Amino acid sequence: MPLDPTRWEPVIGLEIHVQLKTKTKMFCRCENVWGEAPNTRTCPVCLAHPGTLPVPNRQAIEWAIRLGLALDCEIAPRSLFHRKNYFYPDLPKGYQISQYDSPIATRGRFSVPGPDGDREMGIVRAHLEEDAAKTIHVGGEGGRIHGAGASLVDFNRGGTPLVEIVTEPDVRSAEEARRFLGLLRQTVVELGISDAEMEKGSLRCDANVSVRETGETGYRTKTELKNMNSFKFVADGIDAELARQVELYEDGGEVVQETLHFDPRSGRISPLRSKEQAHDYRYFPEPDLVPVEPSPELVGRLRDELPELPAARIRRLEEEIGFDLALGLVTSGRDELFARVPGDDRRATANVLMNQLAGAGVDPARVNADELAKLIAARDAIPRAAFDEALAASGDEGFTAERYLAEAAITDEGEIDAVIDRILAANEGQVQAYRSGKEGLLGFFVGQVMRETQGKANPKVVNERLRERLRA
Amino acid sequence: MSADTAGIDTLRLTAEEAAGLLERGEVSSAELVAAYRAAIEARDPELHAYLHVTDDEHAGDGGGVPIALKDVITTKGVPTTAGSRILEGYVPVFDSTVAARCKEAGLPLLGKTNLDEFAMGSSTENSGFGPTRNPWDTTRVPGGSSGGSAAVVAAGLAPWSLGTDTGGSVKQPASLCGVVGLRPTWGTVSRYGIVAFASSLDQVGPLAKTVRDCARLYGITAGRDACDSTTVELPAPVELPEREDLRGLRVGVPRELNEVDGIEPGVRERVQEAIRLAEELGAEVGETTLPRSVEYGLACYYLVAPAEASANLARYDGVRYGHRADLNGDGDLTALYERTRWEGFGAEPKRRIMLGTYALSAGYYDAYYGQAQKVRTVIKQEFAAAFEDFDVLLSPTSPTVAFPLGDKVENPLAMYLTDVLTIPPNMAGLPGLSIPCGLSEGLPVGLQILGPQFSENTLFAVGHALERALGFDFVPPRLAA
Repeated sequence: MPLDPTRWEPVIGLEIHVQLKTKTKMFCRCENVWGEAPNTRTCPVCLAHPGTLPVPNRQAIEWAIRLGLALDCEIAPRSLFHRKNYFYPDLPKGYQISQYDSPIATRGRFSVPGPDGDREMGIVRAHLEEDAAKTIHVGGEGGRIHGAGASLVDFNRGGTPLVEIVTEPDVRSAEEARRFLGLLRQTVVELGISDAEMEKGSLRCDANVSVRETGETGYRTKTELKNMNSFKFVADGIDAELARQVELYEDGGEVVQETLHFDPRSGRISPLRSKEQAHDYRYFPEPDLVPVEPSPELVGRLRDELPELPAARIRRLEEEIGFDLALGLVTSGRDELFARVPGDDRRATANVLMNQLAGAGVDPARVNADELAKLIAARDAIPRAAFDEALAASGDEGFTAERYLAEAAITDEGEIDAVIDRILAANEGQVQAYRSGKEGLLGFFVGQVMRETQGKANPKVVNERLRERLRA
Repeated sequence: MSADTAGIDTLRLTAEEAAGLLERGEVSSAELVAAYRAAIEARDPELHAYLHVTDDEHAGDGGGVPIALKDVITTKGVPTTAGSRILEGYVPVFDSTVAARCKEAGLPLLGKTNLDEFAMGSSTENSGFGPTRNPWDTTRVPGGSSGGSAAVVAAGLAPWSLGTDTGGSVKQPASLCGVVGLRPTWGTVSRYGIVAFASSLDQVGPLAKTVRDCARLYGITAGRDACDSTTVELPAPVELPEREDLRGLRVGVPRELNEVDGIEPGVRERVQEAIRLAEELGAEVGETTLPRSVEYGLACYYLVAPAEASANLARYDGVRYGHRADLNGDGDLTALYERTRWEGFGAEPKRRIMLGTYALSAGYYDAYYGQAQKVRTVIKQEFAAAFEDFDVLLSPTSPTVAFPLGDKVENPLAMYLTDVLTIPPNMAGLPGLSIPCGLSEGLPVGLQILGPQFSENTLFAVGHALERALGFDFVPPRLAA
């Protein structure tokens, strides 16, 4: 439900956690891997046995710098790890090693292309920390601790490396938040530092949400929306919270600063219990670690190694195929294939890549672009079923278009008219309905014809002929 | 009373002499272990210096001179309690780096020694398993927190041992038990596997009858460790001291460390005699001053150490190991934490957790922990300035000789003040050696020898020369046959 933009302006900041796909954990040498049997990737260090000490992962530090550079941040010549203290079973030491007032990367910006040009989002900071373990509450409602019969802890995730990115409150809509996330996700994937899959938790997003009246310059009270595990839920959650806040203000109420939980199934927002949020973390510098002091040479090398970022490629493609297709191709990782596919009808190529190829779930990196180009060029001449089949196979080893091109589509009007007449005769009721204005029924007739011809009829010809015959 | 197995007098035998016996094939490592076990059986019931004595399987048969380890030093397969009920029954699955290095050097493990709970204390009376008694006088404390490690050496229950020193926990018990103890430069000995009290101060150090034994054990344990990223490579190899003079050495006597209120007259006299002796051995002696270090050192320590401790002790929550309160199915997660920690920790850890939590709390951090870190920098600078003019500084280690059991138990502040002379150099990360320099009222007095970072070889040289000249008899008279 969009707000009335003449009255209310959303003010949104994001906190994003990116789990790094290093071989080992942040402070011990346990394997960093997702989906293994619980508590099989643990050691005395990540279980916080007495006397154990953290040893930082060099790869994680380099990757955090790489990400900081991609976000156009300043890389601190000296940053510190701190201890963030709180008690919870998923935190075996009773503190999380994180960064506090001297993070590894600060003051960056991230360009988010939009249909009306670029928006620059300020980046407050990006810092390194270790992840908590995973707590599973059993026997309660919706997996939450309240009312649970028992809690189980899986320490496999405990101590894996995370980069936390905090944006300025520069995001102005749920849609923009979603676009920011999509672009950031693609950026970290291309940097090769994370799988960044929200459903696996290797990309997580919290949102700080407030609204103000259009034209107002200060910030109003914000709420924090936690743990939304898909792009859609982030957008839905933000929209729901914006609507809640506007309704509160319009009813003369006030927004209270609190942490909220969005339930994507019901669309409801509810406060997390106060016990889960009332923390004084008592940060202090981690005495078991020395400061992180990357050399200017290292930072220079990592800067030189940065690839061209997705935002720049979207802007390049936009002129050729329009914003939506450009955004779609780049954030789905298909623009590299797009560039490889020869042919003059660029929009058609982009559409095929975004629709049929995406639908078929083919890895674009494996596709032979020249063979794909042949298929796209012949897309009207071969049966729809054959085309789809060909695309599904286009990532296979040794794929050629030849076999599918041989399957000519039925384009002969006489042949198609004969089928159409049979269908119309068998469905007199629908024909009457169509003729009396229910033109939505056209799809029904198209479907019938395609079924009758086993998908071999050329859909374009079928459409034309059906309209013609139904007009009679 | 001297236990005598295979002609081995454990009361007198130094580690160096024991190594000589082994090298010459005059005794076997197993015979040495047996002799110390016999001594333990004879004298430890009275002293209670050991919390755990190993069997043959866990002692190992490395063929070297056996050793005792303070019970904060993690030993694979051998219970490690840190003197706390909250770790009762905890058996580590890994070795601390120092335990591993002792094993690699072939040193059989005799057992684990008693201490103040989590190394918090100066008398070993804070142990969750009962106090240790001083071998010189069993009505008195052995010092702490490494009281067990000092007592086993003094009583001939181990030729040498390892302790840990945060605010003075090696130097002070060495002083009170008449043995030699080294607190090394912070960062030279790995803390991996040392049950943490205050990470920025904790350091493992050797205790032995002689300076040369301490140097030898320091050489076995020191050096960079990949498991402790705060460790460094030693700038120079450890040298066993040989010189018997102190010619060319500049000795500073910091006025405040020698004149602070509470130093007993007998302690002051022995230390002054030792300083005169240094002069006779050829040292140039001069006075210096450390006004802010001594005035603010203790206060600063009691903010930094409890703050770090409050975080270090958070892991004892009953979830993964150690004591867990039985809630009888009644109570939530918070109740589990509260009951477990209430039952498992003694009074001193509770006191320090509260102090430290307070000092780190929002709104108090800058005034307490933040300010203490600034003072720490001032203390470092003050010592650095003194070491521009002097190679070493001398003072008493402890203001008093061993005090009676129970004397300070009800007065934590009086107990804290026993570390007033060892804390300032510790706050600066500096090494210090305590050697016995005579008796006062029939009890040992310790001389504290301080140097700049990484000056351990100088401390050994000075300690060794003074030790030879002093001729202190380290056998407690009541135990001498």
